[in-house]
Amino acid sequence: MSHTPEVGRAVVTPMRVVIALCLVAPFVAMLWVGSYARTGPAFIGIPFFYWYQMAWVLISTALTMVAYKLWQRDQRARSAAKGGASQ
Amino acid sequence: MKDGVNGVALAVFILFFLAVTVMGFLAARWRKAENEHSLDEWGLGGRSFGTWITWFLLGGDLYTAYTFVAVPAAIYAAGAAGFFAVPYTILVYPLIFTFLPRLWSVSHRHGYVTTSDFVRGRFGSKGLSLAVALTGILATMPYIALQLVGIQAVLDVMGVGGGENTNWFIKDLPLLIAFGVLAAYTYSSGLRAPALIAFVKDTLIYIVIAVAIIYIPIKLGGFDDIFAKAGDAFSQTNPATGAPRGALTPPEAGQWTYATLALGSALALFMYPHSITATLSSKSREVIRRNTTILPLYSLMLGLLALLGFMAIAAGIKVQNGQLAIPQLFETMFPDWFAGVAFAAIGIGALVPAAIMSIAAANLFTRNIYKDFIRPDATPAQETKVSKLVSLLVKVGALAFVLTMDKTVAINFQLLGGIWILQTFPALVGGLFTRWFHRWALLAGWAVGMVYGTVAAYGVASPTQKHFGGSAKEIPGIGEIGYIGLTAFVLNVVVTVVLTFVLKAVKAPDGVDETKPEDYTADAGDPGVQVELPPATAGTSH
Repeated sequence: MSHTPEVGRAVVTPMRVVIALCLVAPFVAMLWVGSYARTGPAFIGIPFFYWYQMAWVLISTALTMVAYKLWQRDQRARSAAKGGASQ
Repeated sequence: MKDGVNGVALAVFILFFLAVTVMGFLAARWRKAENEHSLDEWGLGGRSFGTWITWFLLGGDLYTAYTFVAVPAAIYAAGAAGFFAVPYTILVYPLIFTFLPRLWSVSHRHGYVTTSDFVRGRFGSKGLSLAVALTGILATMPYIALQLVGIQAVLDVMGVGGGENTNWFIKDLPLLIAFGVLAAYTYSSGLRAPALIAFVKDTLIYIVIAVAIIYIPIKLGGFDDIFAKAGDAFSQTNPATGAPRGALTPPEAGQWTYATLALGSALALFMYPHSITATLSSKSREVIRRNTTILPLYSLMLGLLALLGFMAIAAGIKVQNGQLAIPQLFETMFPDWFAGVAFAAIGIGALVPAAIMSIAAANLFTRNIYKDFIRPDATPAQETKVSKLVSLLVKVGALAFVLTMDKTVAINFQLLGGIWILQTFPALVGGLFTRWFHRWALLAGWAVGMVYGTVAAYGVASPTQKHFGGSAKEIPGIGEIGYIGLTAFVLNVVVTVVLTFVLKAVKAPDGVDETKPEDYTADAGDPGVQVELPPATAGTSH
């Protein structure tokens, strides 16, 4: 994700690590099918397998939103550090 | 299935259809720009769409009528395995968050209209660009054909189109009319037409899903009953295979398939030309990032929709053709007028993506085949003219496809299309982040992936089909059953990396890269990235 330095300064910052984690988490959760391939506990009659994945729609949305906000902050900090110039 | 025509449902359907037809033609005047005879205007809506229009456009584009019919149909047929569409669409958004803004920026800087434009500019290779363009067109054509299959399913259930013994012309007339109208307003309004109609489509879809997911379970005695009945149905032995029909959760052996299908499809989705067309029509980089946080609403809708497959089983819907399961469920459960609304939602849901797909395929042809190989000196006005004509041709081709060939052919090709389009990933996404790959290595990797994917898919048999019976096969070296597209993709990457080392070692000539690192992070308002592109930059910037 961050292997292309957009400007010549530290590329891996704690904030960017958090961003990367937010974006990677859904992959780990969804591709590990064994962790949710069961029917119980059911939620309003819907087996676990189905409601769990639908819950992840919401979780991954929240994570992407966090990543977006952090990324905005990261970019703002960067352009401020460069004296506000856009290039 | 009720006999005869469902008059009330048909009337409601026609009413909505007329309304969107009027909108489609009026769209030409919506947010009109001065230089309407450029590909930026006709093919990308002037690159002017904000967050909400982009949201509707992308949603209308990615979640097609075929999706609405096919996903619950897969659940209806086999249960859990069909639900992979949900993790698939979950994974799409974190993925595109990382690379689409870069594509938007570099495309805006250099006036790229298609992904092939970018690949040519980045790697200085017309051959590689042609490979990407051809893959895109090939993958899109059957997809358009499937939209027609979606409309046909709805018309069938409404009783229009007649039985097997009606004259073929009468039978296909409604479809011909629908497509004639679609072709006409796409021709005159370009991308603005589907953008405007997408509002109607998605509003209808959301209403129908909301009602279906509350109303139908109440009528069927709640989700407990629905899943109990579905579980019983799945445990019955299928006489064709001697195995149970399906399951409520994927068995141990099916989990690799489930995961690889989800991942492979997620990687492939934004390689499709129509996804990129909708993306590039947005007016800023921020619009795209913001959209990755609101588009998942559609995934939630898709998940709910998938559950309708179980409801169809519980409601005792018996259809030979699984595609008809959901339209038939609506017809059985809803009052006639609301069934009409639901059918209109599916029908219009076919028109929006079909329009965008034909525009995207036409742009690819015009920019990367016509302009690069046939008429290098074409003006923006000529480009637009060619694109409009090709968009018509593409639709006629899709129509001929559906009317003359068996439906399974379109489905087989769409399956292949997904495998093929994934093979353009290394050139496109790789190219967005690094210039390390060698253009010839990318071309060789692409070729290997295409050949492996096609051969492997050809060799998959199912109880009903000798070839193209599915999209999963044993992964060589691992032994699990996985998505062929993803296996081909891994092969593709390995070949690309190895050959890049070799070609760099022998100092094979590298193409000229016309992009600069800062092009990839530019946003609207930066120098060289005007909000409105002047006509000169749209066609002559390379």
